[in-house]
Amino acid sequence: MMRLPTGGRRIDRSATLRFTFDGKPHEGHPGDTLATALLAAGRTLVGRSFKYHRPRGVVASGAEEPNALVNLGDGDRHEPNVRATVTELFEGLTATSQNRWPSLERDVGAVNSALARFLPAGFYYKTFMWPKPFWASIYEPLIRRSAGLGRPPEASDPDRYELAYAHVDVVVAGGGVAGLRAALLAAEAGADVLLAEQTPHWGGRAPVDAAADPIAIDGRPAEAWIDAAVARLRTMPNVTMRARMTAVGLYDHGYVVLDERLAAPQGPRHRLWRVRARQVIAATGAIERPLAFAGNDKPGVMLASAVRDHAVDQAVAPRRTVVATNGDDAYRTALALHAAGVEVPAVVDARAAPDGPLVERARAAGIRVLPGSGLRAGGGRSVEAVHVVPIDGTGKEEGERIACDAVAMSGGWSPAVHLWSQGGGKLRWDEAWSSFAPDPGRPPTGADGAPVVCAAGIAAGVDPSGGPTAAALARADGAAAEALGRLGLGAAPEPLAVEEAAEHPMEAVWIMPRRAAEAVREKAFLDLQNDVKVSDVQLAVREGFQSVEHTKRYTTLGMATDQGKLSNVNGLAVLSDALGQPIPQTGTTTFRPPYTPVPMGAIAGEARGALFQPVRRTPLHGRHEAAGARWEPVGQWRRPYCFPRGDETEAQAVEREVLNTRRRLGLLDASTLGKIVVKGPDAGRFLDMIYTGVMSSLKPGRCRYGLICSENGFLVDDGVVVRLAEDAWLCHTTTGGAGAMHAHMEEWLQTEWWDWRVHTLDVTEQWGQVAVVGPEARRALEALGGMDVSAEALPFMAWAEGRLAGIPARIYRISFSGELSYEVAVPSGRVGELWDRLRKIGEPLGASPYGTEALHVMRAEKGFVMIGDETDGTVIPQDLGLDWAISKKKADYIGKRAQARVHMTDPERLRLVGLEAEGGAVLPDGAYVALAGRNDLGQRATEGRVTSTYRSPTLGRGIAMALVRRGPERMGEMVEVPTLDGAAIRARIVSPVFYDPEGARARA
Amino acid sequence: MPEPDTRVSGAPPAGRITLKGDLAGLADPVRAVTGAGLPDPLRFVEGEGGRAAWMAPDELLLTVPPDALPAVLEELEAGLAGRHALVADVSDARAAFVLEGAGARDVLAKTTPIDLRRASFGPGAFRRTRMGQVAAALACLRDDRMEVLVFRSVAAYAEGLLQTAADPRAPLGLHERPADARS
Repeated sequence: MMRLPTGGRRIDRSATLRFTFDGKPHEGHPGDTLATALLAAGRTLVGRSFKYHRPRGVVASGAEEPNALVNLGDGDRHEPNVRATVTELFEGLTATSQNRWPSLERDVGAVNSALARFLPAGFYYKTFMWPKPFWASIYEPLIRRSAGLGRPPEASDPDRYELAYAHVDVVVAGGGVAGLRAALLAAEAGADVLLAEQTPHWGGRAPVDAAADPIAIDGRPAEAWIDAAVARLRTMPNVTMRARMTAVGLYDHGYVVLDERLAAPQGPRHRLWRVRARQVIAATGAIERPLAFAGNDKPGVMLASAVRDHAVDQAVAPRRTVVATNGDDAYRTALALHAAGVEVPAVVDARAAPDGPLVERARAAGIRVLPGSGLRAGGGRSVEAVHVVPIDGTGKEEGERIACDAVAMSGGWSPAVHLWSQGGGKLRWDEAWSSFAPDPGRPPTGADGAPVVCAAGIAAGVDPSGGPTAAALARADGAAAEALGRLGLGAAPEPLAVEEAAEHPMEAVWIMPRRAAEAVREKAFLDLQNDVKVSDVQLAVREGFQSVEHTKRYTTLGMATDQGKLSNVNGLAVLSDALGQPIPQTGTTTFRPPYTPVPMGAIAGEARGALFQPVRRTPLHGRHEAAGARWEPVGQWRRPYCFPRGDETEAQAVEREVLNTRRRLGLLDASTLGKIVVKGPDAGRFLDMIYTGVMSSLKPGRCRYGLICSENGFLVDDGVVVRLAEDAWLCHTTTGGAGAMHAHMEEWLQTEWWDWRVHTLDVTEQWGQVAVVGPEARRALEALGGMDVSAEALPFMAWAEGRLAGIPARIYRISFSGELSYEVAVPSGRVGELWDRLRKIGEPLGASPYGTEALHVMRAEKGFVMIGDETDGTVIPQDLGLDWAISKKKADYIGKRAQARVHMTDPERLRLVGLEAEGGAVLPDGAYVALAGRNDLGQRATEGRVTSTYRSPTLGRGIAMALVRRGPERMGEMVEVPTLDGAAIRARIVSPVFYDPEGARARA
Repeated sequence: MPEPDTRVSGAPPAGRITLKGDLAGLADPVRAVTGAGLPDPLRFVEGEGGRAAWMAPDELLLTVPPDALPAVLEELEAGLAGRHALVADVSDARAAFVLEGAGARDVLAKTTPIDLRRASFGPGAFRRTRMGQVAAALACLRDDRMEVLVFRSVAAYAEGLLQTAADPRAPLGLHERPADARS
């Protein structure tokens, strides 16, 4: 390989870019890809294959590259599995090779290649199944080390990514001549167009092909036509066109995901677009197929189109290239190389009598054409020669030896049907050009069942019989007319005149030569990336595999980043042959998004660091932060867990907060409690259905504790319901439950009781709420002044509205701690003022804030249940002894019928009790209540579990709540609670109410 | 760093009222407050007294000057007395931001899946949608002036999201097409 002295339409020879590969310095030019720069530097060995660690070189010139996958960058900017063929060279680029150890040249894993006989298709499944325990401890780690591609980055990615959303009339995927033409037609018809091209350049293959065979479009050279089309599109306000943007996925109803690569300094590196398109034109081109001959995986064996691309675009070419083909297109490579002054000793053509215009032109140029021939490639780390053998032979014949440093192979072209197929479009088998192409009769469809995708250009089907460019443009006209017709923007494009060479028919050759001997088939690769050979697919069939999907997984054909781009058709042709059935009957594997790899960062977009997840903050968040709060996430809310002072541990802080609240005065930010207004003539009746208790009978001015169950009877939320007015209630929910409970209410209203006159509104965030708790609570509120909070005026479970310290307020006299307690709600914007006043005025009363842990401890001391601790989706209120909150009189409520099921009324159910450990120990959270003996699975038998457990500062010992079989019937009994270290703690079943069972304190 | 072409800032304080009921029956009380009629679906209308935005088939969001709020609430309650309707002050439950500049649409297009093209989201348009990972309501006040409404608790997230999206080093060039953003 070498850089030619002249030429290279993309490169700027006046500038030099320095880069390193495996630490070795190299140079290239702007316009090079990493692959062409490596080839120009003479580095043909760029990687090792997945399984056998065979030496591998660059094969392709685009996204389909299977071999030249490198680690790009290092440290925190390291990115694995980057295809060198699509990586634009830049100054200072550093890359390393993958899947080799200790070095690319001397790779220990290459011994796998010598053992290939013992690593056949499905070897994982065969070899490593026994003995069973060896899999996790020995086999898997070993395989993971020796097989695989890039290594994952170890540090956090310093780059930025972003998302974008767009709605357009037409997305055109692909900026080759067909895509440009379709975009022009759509834009001229008035459609909003997004045109995306995955490479940095517009025009696709046409300018390269024109180097071998001049192409004129509409009377102009192809490149001039392309430039004019691009210039025209740029002036059109209804066109957005982006190079370096790949349509990676087509989802339901014309939803297209595109990955845009950006180069702005410090800006985002990728932008992932999600676009709603009314019509999608897939002008995604085609991918050339390799030929399956012995030695076709050696570095130097490349796709004919890639050799041509590199020679024309970057002036990088082999010294002596043998072209191997079964059709006319590869002659363009021979002609392009010849024109560039590169020696082409022969074209090996499988066809008996090739005679197309391109063939004749090659002959006329003095290039030797060897018809009816196949070949095998020989050499060590790269190809050194080919042996030309008869196409109908076994491949073992000696044949003529031709020295060369490259083989340019072409097995025909496969339309890039990925988008079409991802969207649900079906394929047809085109016998003449041996390829799967979109079946226009079975396209992807939109929400209304109408087609949403048209394939354009060669992506719609290969047919170069009248010239490939003419076919592509005709199929762009057809696709645009169809798509625009569906948009009601009818267009009847005038066909463009195209001058170019026509092609004569190709001849399918799936194994070269056709009757290749076993030893030859074992060296003929179908999937270069995953080391799948012709013999592997044939073996799979002998072992009984028939389905293409099963064979893919068994042999790993077309897996990993390849996703069938190069290996698909050859593989299933060999499979069909082995099964003795036609290719369409075998079918193809499913094409899955993404078409090309998308960085994880691009999928996450801006969602990292502070924007990783929305954090809900109460209006007092800043004050808690300043007070040194330790935080606890509750749903998306952040709530203070506790407020340590000085050197206090969290446990010490919690203990102090509990004792201070029980003895003096605690302040809790309760703003996160859900608050839903329910109003209307039928609101009472509605709430009687939502809650297990009766809410319609609640008097204005009063509060009542309520339970909400799911249809299946399980307890899902609880809270205090307030009667605001004759026709209005305020339902408090748990912190995490507001959204779900509001949705629950609306679902029943909208689907079941749509004729009930009820409005609901989530007003959670309108109110900041502070619980003022403890023996000094009343005194504190009296000091604030403005509302009568005496026991007479505001008894337990009453509420009042007024102005407290001049702030409009509602005071609910409710208690979740068991103490004298008032919850004060004020508009969120003023709760900071209330908090500050309370802290100041409460100072002589011992006012101190407390967090969620003190709240939890105090409610557990009182035996109050916590949704999510005592409930887990399988618990009904009756299990928790909450029968007092369930109306026996009501005809119905949501969950009532379910709670009457046999299993729900089973006396053996686990029910809530308290547990007191011997010696005052604290039981482990989540521990089981164990029985003697073992269950059917050989595990320790159990009869319950601990749901809440704390050290009670008030009582000076451990307390726990637990669900235990027939619990309340077993008061005083001792049970055994095993600990993780294998020991066990004995505990006594007691009432779950450990503190002030009469409730005198809250009613004070 | 170049000057941002879209400025994200907190919206001036406003009184906000959620109004639920049969919309046809709300027309008169709403007109009495805002001086304008009912908005069509997905739109808002502005009168001299305030703005009414369409939130749902049975819900409006009124925006009035903060000092007028108590009187407006009273007027609405009085006007709707005896009727099945819900009036709620939600002024403190929301945070609002204003995006101003030629790139406002493009900034929003990095955060929300709605169709922001002028034909669909021109002046007077109002949408409830998703912005990043939170619920949001968007109003197009002028071609280059958008209002964003979110729940108060996620104000910091929303502002961070909008400021990130407004980074002038990454113009989207979708709805606005500066010459250098095209390729």
